[in-house]
Amino acid sequence: MKELLRAARVIARRDCTAVVLSRTFILFLIGPLLPIIIGMVFAGFTEKISSTDLRPVVGIAMTPSDTGRMTAAHERLSARMGPQALVRLRAVPSTPGPRELLARPDSNVVAILSGSVMQPVLTGKTDDLDKLQGDLSLIASAAAMDKALHLIKVERQEVTTSLGAQAQARLLIGRVAQIVMFFLTILLAGMILSNLVEEKTNKIIEILAAAVPIDAIFLGKLMAMLAMSFVGIAFWGGTAFTIFLALKGTTAGLPSPAVGWPMFLILAVVYFAMAYTLLGSLFLGIGAQAATVREVQTLNMPVTMGQMMIFFFASYAVDHMGDPVEMAAAIFPFSSPFTMIARAAQEPAIWPHLVAIVWQGLFVALIIRVGVLLFRRHVMQSGGQWWKRLFRAATG
Amino acid sequence: MNDASAALPSHPEAARDAAYALEGHGLVKIFGAFRAVDGIDIAVPTGSIYGILGPNGAGKTTLLRTLLGIVDPDEGHRRLLGEDQPLRMARMVGYLPEERGLYPSMKAFEAIAFMGALRGLPLKIGRVRAREMLEAHGMGASAEKPIRQLSKGMAQTVQLFGTIIHEPRLIVLDEPFSGLDAINQEKLEALIREQARRGVTVLFSTHVIAHAERLCERIAIVAGGRIRFEGTVSAARDRLRPQVSLRTRASDGAWRRALPADTLAQDGTWHFALPEEGIEPLLRELIEGQAGIESLSIERPGLHDAFVAIAGAAAAQGMRSEAAGEDEA
Repeated sequence: MKELLRAARVIARRDCTAVVLSRTFILFLIGPLLPIIIGMVFAGFTEKISSTDLRPVVGIAMTPSDTGRMTAAHERLSARMGPQALVRLRAVPSTPGPRELLARPDSNVVAILSGSVMQPVLTGKTDDLDKLQGDLSLIASAAAMDKALHLIKVERQEVTTSLGAQAQARLLIGRVAQIVMFFLTILLAGMILSNLVEEKTNKIIEILAAAVPIDAIFLGKLMAMLAMSFVGIAFWGGTAFTIFLALKGTTAGLPSPAVGWPMFLILAVVYFAMAYTLLGSLFLGIGAQAATVREVQTLNMPVTMGQMMIFFFASYAVDHMGDPVEMAAAIFPFSSPFTMIARAAQEPAIWPHLVAIVWQGLFVALIIRVGVLLFRRHVMQSGGQWWKRLFRAATG
Repeated sequence: MNDASAALPSHPEAARDAAYALEGHGLVKIFGAFRAVDGIDIAVPTGSIYGILGPNGAGKTTLLRTLLGIVDPDEGHRRLLGEDQPLRMARMVGYLPEERGLYPSMKAFEAIAFMGALRGLPLKIGRVRAREMLEAHGMGASAEKPIRQLSKGMAQTVQLFGTIIHEPRLIVLDEPFSGLDAINQEKLEALIREQARRGVTVLFSTHVIAHAERLCERIAIVAGGRIRFEGTVSAARDRLRPQVSLRTRASDGAWRRALPADTLAQDGTWHFALPEEGIEPLLRELIEGQAGIESLSIERPGLHDAFVAIAGAAAAQGMRSEAAGEDEA
């Protein structure tokens, strides 16, 4: 076992260094951030566009007194409803009349409100009148009242806890954790499919297989990819946390998962590692059978679909805490990490997690072993009845 | 190198004292319906240079892979440095496969150190040794270059260094000379001799007989998945009687009856195997029969001739055409 782990570490170090120190890894790190960066750039752009104010402008052609009342009413309403809610008002000369003013190319207003506060007249095209009539009626009504709008005060009654809200918040945390874990897994585990192709195409597999047990090769590759994933997650997580702090300023308002944030984060890391190694060992085993990159590409789709199904299963189970379906999802090794992280958000007990982690670990070992034996049989063309060797020592 | 040697794994008694570094008994390896190795018994004496000769497809590579534990035999058993599970002795073995393989983006010295690390040599020591080896062989400037930037011969040398960097007790080289130019072949021969002088067992396969003839103490000739001969090079040659070439002034006479039945005449020269009773009775007949001896030579057959005789004319033909192909290349 010691020798197996030593050899696995040698391979993991090589693989991890080869990936992390390559130029393409920078792209790999930035890749998932691109949609966010682009989104933020576009959001800023959109905000800039909206801040340039494309709200329709209505000219006020009233007496100075009425114009002042209309403007004051507009300000009061805007303060309550938000600046984007109402049309913009601009004072225009009373003469010539509204029709003549609108006919001029430099009018810069969509419609003109003339008359008085009590009897306003809106001049404009039919479509514009349909859109603006309600707004201007509201402003005129407010102007007619001269003073602030009367508000009905809602009395406040505070409670210290709301279990319904807490349950909802924890369900949400569980769902978010599942989704994040799923996306990270789908983003990263698929890469393992093609992990042995380099060794096979470059004939390095012969050197590795002569020096170390194939179990060590598989384990080393999983360790390397997991380490690389943690580098990525640290980078993306750090960036996301920084953005979150920049936007929200504090984490104090976040609801707490059932096991508490520190334990939840530890479990999230462990369950991600388990989900990754469970799927990764399966993908490594499947990918190892492929002789070429083309074959690996062909395998990508069914593998992704398989991941989706596992996620849907675990996702369905979140809403059925304690039901047989949730138990099944927790026991089925591939959906177990996703189900258990949702459970950690909703249930405070720790021992089920310890059992689940051991259970998942056993399956990782089993899947690696089966993958190795199939690899030896089909790729290395060695070994007869592979199931007889399932529980033999790796060097045996 | 002293501190580096200290980091090497200790060699179990079995590995040090075993009379044979490698043993295989009744080995059979079947791919589908093809018996690549068909009941081979082999024993490579510790500290010897041992050659496995045979044409392509003879089963040499499969035999080596089976002995090393890369593939398991379908029948039979093997012992490597006294251990039934070959991979348990991997730290004491260096293996250069027929199909060379290196990570293209790895630097030369890193590739050598990595191969050592696979066999248990700490990376730090491996890196120091790798640089020393490259330096000593005039490749110091290439130490930092990625493998993809090296010539094929240099990459092959890097892989060879990776095979021996951890100072193994047994070195197994599968067709090590293929792809190397004459100078590098010479260097490789020197390196094999150097390793053998240090007590390392060297086992290599080749289809170029000259290398085996120069290097090996013992050989096994493999054809059709079976060992057709096993013994010293000298014993292999002794399988054939020396060849006599005789040129006479007279073309016919009573003396002709003294020539062996399978004598061939070619360009006025008689060719035949030296009779078992020796050359003297024949000489007497030739002189008394007034054959008029112009020239007479007796040549001991080379290993190549022995190989032809042992492995069969068909196998030799395949090998000659391959050798011719390599020469042209």
